[in-house]
Amino acid sequence: MEWETVIGLEIHAQMATKSKIFSAASTAYGAEPNTQACAVDLGLPGVLPVLNQDAVRMAVKFGMAIEAEVADHSVFARKNYFYPDLPKGYQISQMELPIVGEGYLDIEVDGETKRIGVTRAHLEEDAGKSLHEDFHGLTGIDLNRAGTPLLEIVSEPDMRSAQEAVAYMRKIHELVRYLEICDGNMQEGSFRCDANVSVRPKGQEEYGTRAELKNINSFKFVEKAINIEVERQIDLIEAGGSVVQETRLYDADKNETRSMRSKEEANDYRYFPDPDLLPVEITDALRAQVKADLPELPTAKKLRFKDQYNQDEETATTLTSSRLLADFFEAVVKESGCEAKLCSNWVTGNFLGALNKANLEINDSPINHQRFAGLLKRIADNTISGKIAKQVFDALWESDATADEIIEKQGLKQITDTGAIEAIIDKIIADNPNQVEQYLSGKDKVFGFFVGQAMKATQGKVNPAEVNKMLKDKLKR
Amino acid sequence: MHNKTITELAKDLRAGEYSSVELTQTYLDRIKQHQNLNCFITVAEEQALINAKIADEQLAKGATNLLTGIPIAQKDIFCTQGIKTSCGSKMLDNFTAPYDATVIEKFNTSGAVMLGKLNMDEFAMGSSNETSFYGAVKNPWDINTVPGGSSGGSAAAVAARLSPAVTGTDTGGSIRQPASLCGITGLKPTYGRVSRYGMIAFASSLDQGGPMARSAEDAAILLQTMAGFDTKDSTSVDKAVPDYSAGLTNSLKGLKIGIPKEFFSEELNTDVAAVIETAIDEYKKLGAEIKQVSLPNMKLAIPAYYVIASAECSANLSRYDGVRFGYRCDQPDDLNDLYIRSRGEAFGSEVKRRILMGTYALSAGYYDAYYIKAQKVRRLISEDFSKALSDVDVLMGPVAPSPAFGIGEKTDDPIEMYLADMYTIAINLAGLPAMSIPAGFVDNKPVGLQIIGNYFTEDHLLNIAHQYQQVSDWHKQTPKGFE
Repeated sequence: MEWETVIGLEIHAQMATKSKIFSAASTAYGAEPNTQACAVDLGLPGVLPVLNQDAVRMAVKFGMAIEAEVADHSVFARKNYFYPDLPKGYQISQMELPIVGEGYLDIEVDGETKRIGVTRAHLEEDAGKSLHEDFHGLTGIDLNRAGTPLLEIVSEPDMRSAQEAVAYMRKIHELVRYLEICDGNMQEGSFRCDANVSVRPKGQEEYGTRAELKNINSFKFVEKAINIEVERQIDLIEAGGSVVQETRLYDADKNETRSMRSKEEANDYRYFPDPDLLPVEITDALRAQVKADLPELPTAKKLRFKDQYNQDEETATTLTSSRLLADFFEAVVKESGCEAKLCSNWVTGNFLGALNKANLEINDSPINHQRFAGLLKRIADNTISGKIAKQVFDALWESDATADEIIEKQGLKQITDTGAIEAIIDKIIADNPNQVEQYLSGKDKVFGFFVGQAMKATQGKVNPAEVNKMLKDKLKR
Repeated sequence: MHNKTITELAKDLRAGEYSSVELTQTYLDRIKQHQNLNCFITVAEEQALINAKIADEQLAKGATNLLTGIPIAQKDIFCTQGIKTSCGSKMLDNFTAPYDATVIEKFNTSGAVMLGKLNMDEFAMGSSNETSFYGAVKNPWDINTVPGGSSGGSAAAVAARLSPAVTGTDTGGSIRQPASLCGITGLKPTYGRVSRYGMIAFASSLDQGGPMARSAEDAAILLQTMAGFDTKDSTSVDKAVPDYSAGLTNSLKGLKIGIPKEFFSEELNTDVAAVIETAIDEYKKLGAEIKQVSLPNMKLAIPAYYVIASAECSANLSRYDGVRFGYRCDQPDDLNDLYIRSRGEAFGSEVKRRILMGTYALSAGYYDAYYIKAQKVRRLISEDFSKALSDVDVLMGPVAPSPAFGIGEKTDDPIEMYLADMYTIAINLAGLPAMSIPAGFVDNKPVGLQIIGNYFTEDHLLNIAHQYQQVSDWHKQTPKGFE
């Protein structure tokens, strides 16, 4: 039988606010346990939550970016369950009236565009962390994370392969970083997802029973977890069994999914509106303000790059994969005044390569756009050759000097004095009568030898095109 | 000096008749002398005397706040930094908050001297102060009877002259009913008028702190300090606070009083009904017009309240899990055992009953039938009040169906106990302000008159109460042995 996979994702994106969603405690990652948990985060008696308006603005921004309806009126609700890292015994979330309603996102897989529906996105607080090591059989609780604002983005079950799921997750990841509402850091848990996976015989309309894969925090694992789960479900059904609705955990080490709890054991969360918080009202003024702040979105930017800078699909995709990279590229074009093609070659080539190698973000690049533009200018006006330019790039990476200073100091300036070049070429021709003989007798390959000699004699500081032309002229005579 | 009003005490302190330290010591001595009433959970003797000394210095420098140097006491539901806040529960017997409630902060800023923390029903759940982990409070008018609840310690302390004035909180009648049973003046403000920050939550959409004092005049002084918007409480209302003392002497000529017929149901003790009718007649003499009105959905208030309040409390009390603070059972076997035994051992039976009711009402399959329906009833009740108050200025009626009942009399029958709040609960559901003022006696036990106003008309309620207190002396009566 032919099977069809059905996938829906619930993505948790941590909103990039300075303080928590309901308290003034910092959201900074990596502090000593329980040093960033105030009385509100600890759930002490009598304290009350106060909504962080920045988190609201960020959620509205997301809603607008996916063309969703942003609710005029949304409500926080309490999701009740006991767990030691959940201080109040309930999580403040949104249930019936989320802040962001239905929207969509277009993904591309194998050159095809597919529209994925977003059911809703709602704001909620994160729980703390249970630490099971280092406590001699006991469990430690770190509440630094408790109260961190999350936007839970729920998709429709519109994806039909792990590949599509990853494409969708990447697209959301790119978008939230573009909007500057989430740092997207997956190692630190700022961006993670749950995948609802089911299979059904191809052609069947009804969905199969789904399993929920919890807390996956990398693109690679999402793909692997879904694939292995799909395999498990198909094997199970084909062997005469049936899938049970349950929550499963993906074990990356063993590449398998394991049952955490079944539907029967699932909590009744007893959601009800949180009486400590007023409904969230989104005013027209706020909408207008957020709209004005909305950056150019990735898809629009990519189209513009193709058009304005004459970029091919692949380069435009790379350049717009992050807002910072796109901004860097445009700043370099503007600063240097060079042809966009030259700029994009260098940005996507040497520059990205060096960043990747050093494992650095654009923000941390040792070369800013001004110094980078300085290099490109000298390539464009033939002061240096492409080969020398790589050498200058390395020097830029290592020092604070400008390209001009490096070229000057290291004497890398291209020799433009035709008389000097002519003298060098004349000498090479005079010193190598055999090769001249061979070339004149028709061995075209020997021409390369002369070019090589010329470059060697000038340490590459001549324009190769110039040398070629001159050599051809001289050897003809 | 323990029989004087706050205004009189403030005047005497400034005239140098006695110091705040002397005044504070007088009350501390009385508290000790009448320990048998069990009004206090914690007496903050040392801090009180230190603060009284500071107040004396401030007075010497010309402090203008009327509360500077005046001893007051706080219901043990308001968190006080450095002093135990138990909320009447074994669960918090070991709990000292690292912060002050906004109300406490405001009193501290005013220079008032806190005598200590007052006994109350556990987590404010009760109408007789018998659910307190620290034992029942006795009504000074008859020590075999209850003072009402949940602010029973508060009401008894004012009646017994152990503090000039105190705070209480009112979720379903917890200020007004004990005020009525102890013969004092209590005001439950409009929901949102007084910050709930640091006030331990019972039912968040209903809880409201307010003053309890000997007279409307004193209550106005306390409310002036307590009221106001607080950025730490999203449900507090950003609305200017009027001068509550300024309008006390306004004439009541032309005042329109509505009498809801549902307040005079067959459950109402006939002697109490007579007291209320006499009081209303007194208002006629003051120039008021009386009109019959109706609150048709009032009979639904008790069931709706017990669904909503219990649902909210079931979540509000989840934080007491033995993990971070409060009571923790000995040697738990595992996590479940920690939860079950910590909560099982430290919560009293009334608290458990309400958590169970609330959890049930919110459960899958019951939510619509209970919680949603109760919210609909709540809206209907609010609409009833809006309608009634569109024709009249205030509503009047009894606070409680009977005077103080005997200790132990209703503890075995929760439904009977819940009926003690039958005339107060609807007001909380609507979020309106209401007062209880002494209006007479039945069998030597005080009876309170309830005055209900429209949203944010506390100033008017205080004026109406004060005018009555100018022509009556019920509020000046002191129980025997406490003169």
